[in-house]
Amino acid sequence: MALINKNAAQITATIVSNKRVGQYHQLIINIGDLAQACKPGNFVAISVGGETSGMILRRAFAISRVSTSTTFGGTMELIVAAHGQGSRWLCAQPEGATLNLVVPLGTAFGIPTEPVQVLLVGGGYGSAPLFGLAEVLNARGCRVDMLLGASTAGKIYAPMEGKRAVNSLRIYTEDGSMGQMGRVTDPIASLIKDMDIAVIYSCGPMAMLSAINAITSQSDVIHQCAVEESMACGIGICMTCVLPVADETGAVSMLRSCIDGPVMDGAYVQWDKLGQVL
Amino acid sequence: MTSVDLSTTIGNAWFPNPIFTASGCASSGRELAQFFPLHDLGGVVTKSVMSKARTGRPTPRMAETPSGMLNSIGLQGPGIDAFIAKDIPYLIEQKARIIVSIAGETIEEYSTLARKLRSVSGISAIEVNISCPNVENRGLVFACDPDASRRVIDGVRRTIGGELPIIAKLSPDVTDLVSIARGVVDAGADALALINTVLGMVINLDTMRPHLGGKTGGLSGPAIRPIAVRAVYQVHEAMPKVPILGMGGITNGRDALEMIAAGASGLSIGTASFGNPMALISIVQELKELLGAKGFTSLRDAIGFAHRIEEA
Repeated sequence: MALINKNAAQITATIVSNKRVGQYHQLIINIGDLAQACKPGNFVAISVGGETSGMILRRAFAISRVSTSTTFGGTMELIVAAHGQGSRWLCAQPEGATLNLVVPLGTAFGIPTEPVQVLLVGGGYGSAPLFGLAEVLNARGCRVDMLLGASTAGKIYAPMEGKRAVNSLRIYTEDGSMGQMGRVTDPIASLIKDMDIAVIYSCGPMAMLSAINAITSQSDVIHQCAVEESMACGIGICMTCVLPVADETGAVSMLRSCIDGPVMDGAYVQWDKLGQVL
Repeated sequence: MTSVDLSTTIGNAWFPNPIFTASGCASSGRELAQFFPLHDLGGVVTKSVMSKARTGRPTPRMAETPSGMLNSIGLQGPGIDAFIAKDIPYLIEQKARIIVSIAGETIEEYSTLARKLRSVSGISAIEVNISCPNVENRGLVFACDPDASRRVIDGVRRTIGGELPIIAKLSPDVTDLVSIARGVVDAGADALALINTVLGMVINLDTMRPHLGGKTGGLSGPAIRPIAVRAVYQVHEAMPKVPILGMGGITNGRDALEMIAAGASGLSIGTASFGNPMALISIVQELKELLGAKGFTSLRDAIGFAHRIEEA
């Protein structure tokens, strides 16, 4: 049995920069050599609120990108939506402030051994880790195409520099305020038919992941998705972030999205049983 | 600073320090082993195990609350056979001292679990989690029913014989905790674990329905610490010779000493590990320093200190 949390460490880390990007905040945090252990798909668990806070649980954020060659030493980038008490506190932290982190946690996106065609699908700021993933896939020689969707333009996260690793990028908004009007899942079936896509990587709301899986299950495209369930600990001890997943024999069990995920094979997730008693 | 003897006993079991994981907050130890050696703890109290594998309650299973959280897991677990086959050998390999927590839906299930554990070597004690619904009595939680609590402990005692210490884990959601504590001690419990989580609920104002999939959940964390200190104090006052494994919101060395002064011989740390994977080890160190700073040479001298009559 592989070791659980095997690269993870609890550290105090300094915020190198904190910038507003559209409706989101981009935080760059110095994590030193741990950056080398971070892979696309991994997440970080951050203490929020300061020492006297009544918020006792860490907040989990997907690592959108790491850099091991900056003047600051290893850094990681997070894209944070300030929608809760904890994330609002985090987004209000100035440059130079220190954070208590546990990093890296969770599974990573699997990278194909061959240079195949892949499609990346992101919903809202769920797109953030896909740009770091695109760079890795691009370096592997994969042709990378990307679809991003959100309810409205302000919720699309698509940084200029992130597009370099992407062959094409299409944007969908439900209100038509950016890109095409519609849902990010609309073109997937025809893209699978027209292109020789081997893997779809997805990150975003569970409803989007489920809709993608309904399409990939009709094909032989592999669907690697980063799932999202509310978690208390991020390290596998609280058992709150579970979801029903089948194994090769078809037996379904409740797996923890923090250590058996967040990246899972969509074909095994029991999408119709989410939030139910098995 | 003089060195402080942190060792403690629960029944006939000896532990090098009083800091344990709390059942259900450390699985079977593998997840925390990345952060510190499990051997450095007083011991690992494993997640309550039942006869059969169990998938537990639906999500959402947690809600953060001011200085606390609600959980509604529903005793998800592998079942006793897989637990004995996989988890016990792992913990023995880590040289961890093991307290196995068991849970059942019937009085008979508890005895069955005790029977299976009787022949397993390497276990220091058994914690009997009686905060489970009794399917034979309208789902009334064993721990809230003095008679059912006694019968569970009596069954486990008879099955296990006189060797392994039995720790009965009680719920604070009762009118007269001391009388329930007396009942289980009379039935053969060597020690008491106080307290289990406090039943609570959060309503989600978006859906206007209970937030948790299981509707109610157990409140834990610093929010319940004064309740736990009170419970430990009251029970220690009534039965000063019965060792208590104290728990409920302990986050640092000061919290730990407070619970010890109230009467606890050992401490379980649960929710604090969710926010700080190193919490258990930090608490061992902080407690040691704090005892030393207050002039104690051994943990034993501090147990129940708050009950002592001040010298004139």
